[in-house]
Amino acid sequence: MHQPPPASCSRSSCCVCARVGVRVSALAPAAAPCPAPSRSLGPRPPEPPSRGTSTLPLAPLGPWCSPTGSPAPLSCETGCGEGSWILVCRLLVPTQVSLLSMEEDIDTRKINNSFLRDHSYATEADIISTVEFNHTGELLATGDKGGRVVIFQREQESKNQVHRRGEYNVYSTFQSHEPEFDYLKSLEIEEKINKIRWLPQQNAAYFLLSTNDKTVKLWKVSERDKRPEGYNLKDEEGRLRDPATITTLRVPVLRPMDLMVEATPRRVFANAHTYHINSISVNSDYETYMSADDLRINLWNFEITNQSFNIVDIKPANMEELTEVITAAEFHPHHCNTFVYSSSKGTIRLCDMRASALCDRHTKFFEEPEDPSNRSFFSEIISSISDVKFSHSGRYIMTRDYLTVKVWDLNMENRPIETYQVHDYLRSKLCSLYENDCIFDKFECVWNGSDSVIMTGSYNNFFRMFDRNTKRDVTLEASRENSKPRAILKPRKVCVGGKRRKDEISVDSLDFSKKILHTAWHPSENIIAVAATNNLYIFQDKVN
Amino acid sequence: MMLSKGLKRKREEEEEEEEKKEDLEVDAWWLDPGHPAVTQTPPTVASSSLFDLSVLKLHHSLRQSEPDLRHLVLVVNTLRRIQASMAPTVTLPPVPSPPIVPSVADNLLASSDATLSTSIASLLEDLSHIEGLSQAPQPLADEGPPGRPVGATPPSLGALDLLSPATGCLLDDGLEGLFEDIDTSMYDSELWVPASEGLKPGPEDGPGKEGAPELDEAELDYLMDVLVGTQALERPPGPGR
Repeated sequence: MHQPPPASCSRSSCCVCARVGVRVSALAPAAAPCPAPSRSLGPRPPEPPSRGTSTLPLAPLGPWCSPTGSPAPLSCETGCGEGSWILVCRLLVPTQVSLLSMEEDIDTRKINNSFLRDHSYATEADIISTVEFNHTGELLATGDKGGRVVIFQREQESKNQVHRRGEYNVYSTFQSHEPEFDYLKSLEIEEKINKIRWLPQQNAAYFLLSTNDKTVKLWKVSERDKRPEGYNLKDEEGRLRDPATITTLRVPVLRPMDLMVEATPRRVFANAHTYHINSISVNSDYETYMSADDLRINLWNFEITNQSFNIVDIKPANMEELTEVITAAEFHPHHCNTFVYSSSKGTIRLCDMRASALCDRHTKFFEEPEDPSNRSFFSEIISSISDVKFSHSGRYIMTRDYLTVKVWDLNMENRPIETYQVHDYLRSKLCSLYENDCIFDKFECVWNGSDSVIMTGSYNNFFRMFDRNTKRDVTLEASRENSKPRAILKPRKVCVGGKRRKDEISVDSLDFSKKILHTAWHPSENIIAVAATNNLYIFQDKVN
Repeated sequence: MMLSKGLKRKREEEEEEEEKKEDLEVDAWWLDPGHPAVTQTPPTVASSSLFDLSVLKLHHSLRQSEPDLRHLVLVVNTLRRIQASMAPTVTLPPVPSPPIVPSVADNLLASSDATLSTSIASLLEDLSHIEGLSQAPQPLADEGPPGRPVGATPPSLGALDLLSPATGCLLDDGLEGLFEDIDTSMYDSELWVPASEGLKPGPEDGPGKEGAPELDEAELDYLMDVLVGTQALERPPGPGR
């Protein structure tokens, strides 16, 4: 049942002290670089002009640099221009029954009630809503609209079946969130998984955070391949034995069993968000994480579920004055005191938690001035940032707005250092896209492991990759009709005007219901996961 | 014309809206990329169709049991821009069908965010002063860089001031019917006075609203107390606030 939310502790004085206490412990690791998974810097992009002194020290070189400082060749450094991409496997998020995909079943009745899932067609509940590799790339987690999490595991390399390397198979499936009813507000809370974030592995078990609109949960996924046998008081079926019938004692032994993967919820972080959670981000201290909704960002300790600290609050005293919401937030990969959040007005704020308890005043403010020649009534909507991601090096942030992907240098606030057009041919169609609400679609963006290539989705099941070094880009398609396993993906092209060539597709033929919103890139290899409604495509660079 | 045939409709209601929009879309000359005016100058005058569309979107957004705040804010801001550029003598759109209206109010009143629902309630009340809409076209010059929060909006325009007069029907239908299936103990207080006196605006509108003549001072004070009390629970004042 609904309980009153725990105190937004930043408000009462005793909790301010407690928060300082928490931050003191976070400060200690900040003095020395926080332990973070090693990342390669890859080929360094040309140094942008720096303004003034940097407040953030450069990240240390990763292990993949040779001692002379020049990066060693990496599989992921081949970029998108030199390699070709092949389809490794297409995975359907398993439903209880038939594997019909949404493409065949044009009936788009919204079926949110769980009892109807027993019917033999894929439902809207199977639409994938988030995709995330873990830190080693061994596991790939997806969340769907039905509140389920499906974890895929990479096929182990074996000499006999070399061709199967790179395939991912289902490892675990569990129901993370159920639909809830908020009795106080008479509202149904959607069970759709908005984000999944992995924790770095510290023991044999895997941990991940998954969140819906209101509640974050910490899940532990562990394997069991042995079970005890030979109890004295229980028989093999588990029934209690009458002690009078026991004549001998034996020691129970562990016997191998079929591998079982079990997922258990270890923490539930609830009742801290009035608005819809759009982001979660694990801090590099691995002790805290943040959750962001439309107006507030809260900081949590993994061990404490009944308290969270509010670190950003942009709710105006008078809701009529509300003109801007938070759209995404992320911690810096190495500096556990630093995070960024983006807004619906196309701005990014970088905050330092050491500066003050409430980070309403930013340390840096990133915004590009509006191009007067491109001004329209939709300028603000298309400038709204749908995703923000730090580079692995921590030197750059990437933002995705409706038509472009931008790379920003943390030292330069007045404009991005790179801007990539994702689908500029839509600029003249904004009114239609406003009418059908497509203009509000929230696309995500990802870096590759070496920060040399960035990827994002588009419509018609297209997704785009941009090589930051060669400045080349490619458009690929994730669709069943066009990909046979192991076949090389053919680059696609959208014809914007004039004569349409044979392989091109015209803008008016694009299917706006087929949108690639969620993608993920393996942390160290050229393996990508692309979610298209209820299909998960895994592609691999053929150069491997 | 510009939508692919694979596009799927979300809800049946949009079928009716679609027919209306197709008629209205014709005069969106400024969107035609071939039109010489478009590439050179940004559109300074919106067609009323875009305004209608935005109002419908606002309705749709508010109709949700829990509105998507981002969608709402973006639509409202766009509507502001459009409204600011429209000629003073724009005629208002035809009212959407009444069935939409009670559900809007239902959901608004059920929202537990007291300030949001109160502000929306105040704006519904403001609709009876619909002349306010046509009297304040803003020059585009003071739009300023879009990223910066613009200074105070003109006092006669709240965030959601642009709802069509259709919601005035709410007052005609009477409020009792809306609460049949809701536990009305919460609403039996003076806050929710029946139609004869109209919906009460929130106290924070006080300084800016010139259009609330029938408000009783005592009722305003009572409302103020309740809302301040509610807000105190939610956000006790802290440093820097």
